[in-house]
Amino acid sequence: MAFRISAEPIQPQSQADVLQHPAAGACATFEGWVRDHNEGQAVASLEYEAYAQLAETEGNRIMAEATEKFELLAAAAVHRVGHLQIGEMAVWVGVAAAHRGPAFDACRFIIDELKARVPIWKKEHYVAGASAWINCATKGDFAADTAPPENS
Amino acid sequence: MKTLHIQYFAILREQRGESNETLSTESNDAAALYEDLQKTHGFTLPVDRLRVAINGEFQPWPAPVEDGDELVFIPPVAGG
Repeated sequence: MAFRISAEPIQPQSQADVLQHPAAGACATFEGWVRDHNEGQAVASLEYEAYAQLAETEGNRIMAEATEKFELLAAAAVHRVGHLQIGEMAVWVGVAAAHRGPAFDACRFIIDELKARVPIWKKEHYVAGASAWINCATKGDFAADTAPPENS
Repeated sequence: MKTLHIQYFAILREQRGESNETLSTESNDAAALYEDLQKTHGFTLPVDRLRVAINGEFQPWPAPVEDGDELVFIPPVAGG
């Protein structure tokens, strides 16, 4: 059960290999990709930054919570940092469970909690030239004012 | 006076112009220290939008500090 931060591109197959378990009847994975738009703005690239030490601590806490809550047989997740281009994988989550219900639910739980709790930040670089740290808008900011909190 | 080590990430790193610094302060807690730093460096985020970690673990505000502590002010996160 491990969460880690990676400065290198995510290799989903080698990640998925750690999920193998003889009692598993279901494997669910989620991939988060860099898309070319957000809230009506054309996005050129994304920059991710993490406080790696605490990100891995908190991420592993989430994995442990999911494992207990959904009776997982295996779970792993990895989040990229660095400057990512459109189409690159920003995050990968994978779980194995006896049945599909808990597998789907756990995968959703893990990505939702990772987004809400782990100290990772995302800066959007727009095609129009501006950039903004997502969720960090304050009154009076220009580009960030229109950047939404939950749509990534 | 206490000596504290501060690491900055993301929007705070950019607004501070540094990734880390060591400073001396008479502040008793991280919340008061942030408000002082905010005045000096023009941080746009108010303290109630941040979390704080001391020595590698989240702490609830106002987060008392001791000499030698390592602090990280945590802007709203946006992984995924």
